[in-house]
Amino acid sequence: MSSVASASPARRGHWWHNHTFRRFIRHRLALLGMIMVALLVLACIFGPMCLPYNELSIDLRARFAVPFTGFHILGTDPLGRDLAARVLIAGRISLLVGFLAMLLSTFFGAMVGIVAGYYGGRIGALLMRLVDAFLAFPSIFLLLVLAAFIKPTALMITLIIAVTSWMEVARVVEAEVRSLREREYIQAARMLGMRNLNIMFGELLPNAVGPIIVAGSLTVARAILLEAYVSYLGYGIQPPLPSWGNLLNGAQPYLAQAPWLAIIPGLAIILAVTGFNFIGDGLRDAFDSRSDFH
Amino acid sequence: MLRFLIGRLWQSLLLLLVVSAIGFAVLNLAPGGPLSQYTLTPGMTQENLKRIAEQMGLNRPLPIQYIDWLWRMLRGDWGKSYRDNQPVLSIIGQHLFATLLLMGSSFLLSVSIGTYVGVRSATHRRSWFDYISSVGSMVALSVPTFWFGLVAIYIFSVILGWLPAGNMFTVGNESFSDYAVHLVLPTVVLALVNVAVWSPYMRTATLEVVNQDFVRTARAKGLRPRRILRKHIVGNAMLPMITLAGLQMPSLLSGALVTETVFTWPGIGRLFFDSLGYSDYPVIMGLLIFSAILVLIGNLLADLMVAFIDPRVRLN
Repeated sequence: MSSVASASPARRGHWWHNHTFRRFIRHRLALLGMIMVALLVLACIFGPMCLPYNELSIDLRARFAVPFTGFHILGTDPLGRDLAARVLIAGRISLLVGFLAMLLSTFFGAMVGIVAGYYGGRIGALLMRLVDAFLAFPSIFLLLVLAAFIKPTALMITLIIAVTSWMEVARVVEAEVRSLREREYIQAARMLGMRNLNIMFGELLPNAVGPIIVAGSLTVARAILLEAYVSYLGYGIQPPLPSWGNLLNGAQPYLAQAPWLAIIPGLAIILAVTGFNFIGDGLRDAFDSRSDFH
Repeated sequence: MLRFLIGRLWQSLLLLLVVSAIGFAVLNLAPGGPLSQYTLTPGMTQENLKRIAEQMGLNRPLPIQYIDWLWRMLRGDWGKSYRDNQPVLSIIGQHLFATLLLMGSSFLLSVSIGTYVGVRSATHRRSWFDYISSVGSMVALSVPTFWFGLVAIYIFSVILGWLPAGNMFTVGNESFSDYAVHLVLPTVVLALVNVAVWSPYMRTATLEVVNQDFVRTARAKGLRPRRILRKHIVGNAMLPMITLAGLQMPSLLSGALVTETVFTWPGIGRLFFDSLGYSDYPVIMGLLIFSAILVLIGNLLADLMVAFIDPRVRLN
């Protein structure tokens, strides 16, 4: 079995010699995305410790403090809570939800994709019709229905987002596996009597890892956006636990009086989602072997 | 063409069946299931609930219930709203026009801008315009629609006071211009994401056509560049975009839901959101299935249109 495995093109040399890795580093937008995401993650982890305010401490004397004018750098909300602290703590939740939802949906999507692509035929057709059917539901409709039916804890929201965003990964992986299974090394593995499970997870999965990573990084972006949508609409993560979406939930009535309540959490979302989209774009170019020839 | 038509229709029907199965599964997830409308009735006892469950056939096996439910959906009996006891389909019908108006105008706007940006990026490859528009579209894809809506309201209604912040018309003044003024902000907000999706695809589609033989022939014939661009390049590049337009339906509907909520636009998105607030499950489920059907119809129409225009598709 080991001789079969070493024939598989996925494992060769150290990762830092890898063309894919080098192409990714050269991609300026991807690098920018990496920096944006890294800064944001660091700020959300360490930022709240550096601020003199708690995200929940109410100070009615300091209601609607304007950003960049007093002690509250990003201003305060209608209860006088510090917006900077709230945005950073909310970032922990939103980023975590986005990341976990990505892991779950990528795992599930990859499983469906591998099984559908490897077996093909009826099983493949059935699974892919399921993917098509899920794609026919506008994601926010499905998400809101599920969120309204289930008790909206952070974990549940993560699960629901995963349930509504595994289809892209499944499609990408299915297409990749379908083309890989005709390659010689897979045929050789089959001829040597390797078991289906071993071929799927020992041979096909490692070689389909490129598209999976690309789809995964774009799924983080998508998951963060979806969390923001449901929480903005009031069916996502519930206060007092802040998330970028639910910070915006109460902002509309105060739009004239305190526009920063709407603008600042939105900028955090845009920063995070843009960062992940840039990374995904860079990864796509990096894994695309056609760009080798440039 | 007929064979293609029948095959494609068959596919859509099959998909509709899977969609309905998912819908039915979600319906059974509802707290209290289909019985929930009775549980809050004053004086309701456990025994009465059980009797109603039997009357509604809820004690039968799930597959039978599913077939029964499907049959009722097919006959147009989508249940009644808990809120005002109106049939679900007629409620959806009352709200459909507003959504189609918003989606239609936004679609037209995004396609015209997206096509222009995409074609120009392709013909001016690696220019500043190309670079800025490709980065710009990635950023635009990252902007939450509702946030863009809030910012647009803040700038154009609160500060400048040029445009209304919500609703479809002013009560008592339902003239065409009044509708138009109310339509501007939601249309632009909903269009942003679609421009961002449309323009990179349009760029790729154009680049694929630019180097084809018939374009070279057109150049060799001495046609004016403008005419080549308009007729030969853009015309052919639009073909795959029709499919994309169909595929854009779900995100357009999702966007419409959010936009309608921000702008209190009286369409099916707003209806969906309001129904969630009232736990009006028949309307919610009806809209969920209805939106999926809209998507399937959109995809079907797009495919048929491509097949109608392009003989290569229908003969394959």
